[in-house]
Amino acid sequence: MSAATTSQHKGSVNYLNCDYSLKSWLTTLDHKRIGLLYLIAILIFFLIGGSMALMIRYELLTPEGDFLMSDTYNKTFTMHGVALIFFFLIPSIPAVLGNFLLPLMLGAKDVAFPRLNLLSWYVFMAGATLGTIALVAGGVDTGWTFYTPLSSTFAHGAVVLAVSAAFVAGFSSIMTGVNFIVTIHMMRAPGLTWSRLPLFVWAHYATSLIQVLGTPVIAITLFLVGVERAIGIGIFDPKLGGDPVLFQHLFWFYSHPAVYIMILPGMGVISEVIACFARRRIFGYDFVAYSSLAIAVLGFFVWGHHMFVSGQSMYAGMVFSVITFLVAIPSAVKIFNWTATLYKGSIHLTAPMLFALSFMGLFTIGGLTGLFLASMAVDIHLHDTYFVVAHFHYVMVGGQIIAFLAGLHFWWPKMTGRMYPEGLGKLSALVTFIGFNLTFMPQFILGYMGMPRRYHSYPEEWQVLHVLSSAGASVLAAGFLLTIGYLIWSLWYGEKASANPWGAKGLEWQVPSPPPTENFEGKPIVKEEAYHYSPELHEEEKEYEHV
Amino acid sequence: MNGIPFFPEQASKAAHEVDLIYYLLTALTIFFSLAVFAGVLYFVIKYRAGSKVDRHHPPSHNMKLELAWSVIPLFMSLAVFGWSAKLFVEMQKPIPSRDALEVIVIGKQWMWHLQHPTGQRENNTLHIPVGRPVKLTMISQDVLHSFYIPAFRIKMDVIPGRYTTMWFEATKTGTYHLFCAEFCGTKHAEMIGSVVVLTPEEYEQWLKDNQWGMQSQQRIETMAEQGAKLFTRLGCNGCHAPGSEGGPPLAGMYGTQRALTDGRFVTADDNYIRDSILEPQKMVLSGYEDKFMPTSPGIEEQQILQLIAYIRSLKEMPAAAAPINRNEAEG
Repeated sequence: MSAATTSQHKGSVNYLNCDYSLKSWLTTLDHKRIGLLYLIAILIFFLIGGSMALMIRYELLTPEGDFLMSDTYNKTFTMHGVALIFFFLIPSIPAVLGNFLLPLMLGAKDVAFPRLNLLSWYVFMAGATLGTIALVAGGVDTGWTFYTPLSSTFAHGAVVLAVSAAFVAGFSSIMTGVNFIVTIHMMRAPGLTWSRLPLFVWAHYATSLIQVLGTPVIAITLFLVGVERAIGIGIFDPKLGGDPVLFQHLFWFYSHPAVYIMILPGMGVISEVIACFARRRIFGYDFVAYSSLAIAVLGFFVWGHHMFVSGQSMYAGMVFSVITFLVAIPSAVKIFNWTATLYKGSIHLTAPMLFALSFMGLFTIGGLTGLFLASMAVDIHLHDTYFVVAHFHYVMVGGQIIAFLAGLHFWWPKMTGRMYPEGLGKLSALVTFIGFNLTFMPQFILGYMGMPRRYHSYPEEWQVLHVLSSAGASVLAAGFLLTIGYLIWSLWYGEKASANPWGAKGLEWQVPSPPPTENFEGKPIVKEEAYHYSPELHEEEKEYEHV
Repeated sequence: MNGIPFFPEQASKAAHEVDLIYYLLTALTIFFSLAVFAGVLYFVIKYRAGSKVDRHHPPSHNMKLELAWSVIPLFMSLAVFGWSAKLFVEMQKPIPSRDALEVIVIGKQWMWHLQHPTGQRENNTLHIPVGRPVKLTMISQDVLHSFYIPAFRIKMDVIPGRYTTMWFEATKTGTYHLFCAEFCGTKHAEMIGSVVVLTPEEYEQWLKDNQWGMQSQQRIETMAEQGAKLFTRLGCNGCHAPGSEGGPPLAGMYGTQRALTDGRFVTADDNYIRDSILEPQKMVLSGYEDKFMPTSPGIEEQQILQLIAYIRSLKEMPAAAAPINRNEAEG
């Protein structure tokens, strides 16, 4: 991989300007365009889910219910969860950055099945439409977890529509997973062996395995909820001869691994960003690569840790508890290895790097607080409290969304051909870090005090902590809005980006920004390992304007 | 920092040790977070671009170091797991005590209904004596609920169709929060109440104050007495009365192993009796294949619990009244 600045075609035809018609976008088979289609779709759901979060935090400013009460509040947090989990977090990095980057990183023209890729977007949009109809048709008040028999028999919202939405969206996830697995196996450029793959690719490989193996289970489960609700076949409701706890087993069999669907791609992004801005090969590449697979495999055997107080056998609980402690180890390994990557590096604190460092801090706290919940005796107290809410958001927002932002900034020049404003990028990294901690740190304390989740009113003595959390939420929201604002601004007014503004390694930086539709002229040949950076040489060169 | 509370009160036997594990985990979290933070900060400053430091031969990996930071946290994790699992088992296991207070809990959208063995009922408030083990036998009439007392560090889901149990022993008098922790629909946030821990004398007094029926001047009946009446009213005594040949005798059978026609052995516990009342054909006792037991349509959860209380009380009846119990002979 030689320095990339040579292949810069200013004003030439690229995947964005080759055809401006709406039809060309809606019928595109180009993985890069499909990635952008996903980006627009999930941004809408981010804004919907995010504004619901703000409404929740606004209600919780006072101990009494006064802004959103009972059913309205319940519907708000349900749609907050459904929108952000099924229609934002799960597709975020794989469907946007993964779609855009995997073929580029592999030196391929496209993914293995371009038509399937476009179909996956349409299926996703069909699910998203169902979800939106469910929201408009009166909403759902079951929580995103759809626990039975509340969801299947008692709730009075548009439950069937909502589970159908998640059901349909699941197929899009499966299609993307299959596509990525085949692409990674079959489409690698000559010389790009498994041990030379960027860790972003490894992370997506592990993610795809979970998507393909886990998603069918949630599809079946949600289908059964719909069947019980619509035609009264007894599966989960004891009154109809069913078992309510069975639902929890089936639900978490997918939904715990789904947490890794959400976080593993984020870890892939962090590896790329840290390697680039430390000018170092990731320390212990093998450990980091295999830890993704370890997480994917172990992640399938921990679902029962959501059920320590569900009436599940005590001995089953012990097995789930110990495996949960084990799954923490590969995550810890990644954090240690990223830290060690900084050693003897040449570190540039660009906005993506600040987001990546922010991720490391927040994910460390998110991961370690998971051990509180893995500890059975402590979980009896913490289960279904704000401690769980805080832990989950540290991993999902502090981990995944911050990683998504790191990746979005890092590859923004490649995707759009424009630079985002660097100063505002750094400011955004700082504001989101502060706002995030202020929002969710008090929730750990609230949880240990015993504040149950999904309450719109609470005892007076907890108001100070809730006010702190709500204040943090508005700072966090300001940070996100700032980011969305300047990113959109940069589409028109941002400085034109060169092919490789960061001086990064990796095949995607050898093509122009934005890349031409066919990605590479000819077939690239890979002759060296991933992250072939050299910090001591880099210190002397200074050839890239943006680092 | 008067306005910001950090820890709930420790008011049960288990609370102290749960908190110890919590402190340990908090210390570990702070230690590792600070270690990562300090490491990142140190490297970022020392190796910032442009600084004149030695960058030659950056290590690509270091097997010993990487194994060390995999294996050491692994053992630390396993140690915490072991301690926590041990405490969990202790908290779940019945507290060995003859004078445990057994209260029943029925959860429904959106209230808690409780009944003391001596017959006193309460809604959304639970009065208990300090220093005496309490066992809650809980069931839901509709959706999932979860009985949660933060000051005791305990919580257990309350499920429709099956009893779950919970043990604790309060160590401090006072009034504590009671929450429903499992989302249960519209008024989930209002399914709250309090647990009032009294001294043993106060508790006796409370029982006395509440021993009169609502309207009548009659003393309320204990759960077992109520169950006995039901037993007759529903016609159970036709076959299950001492000496009757129709159905298996019930005296002394609680807690024994029962041999079923399909070859299984089950313990005659609360769930077994409940299932046998609601679905008599589900677990047929060996030797009763040709007998038919009718169900009692419309029977309420509360009534089933009263019948169970009655059947359990039969254990203490004089043995002469009961015929030889073949199952006890087996077990």
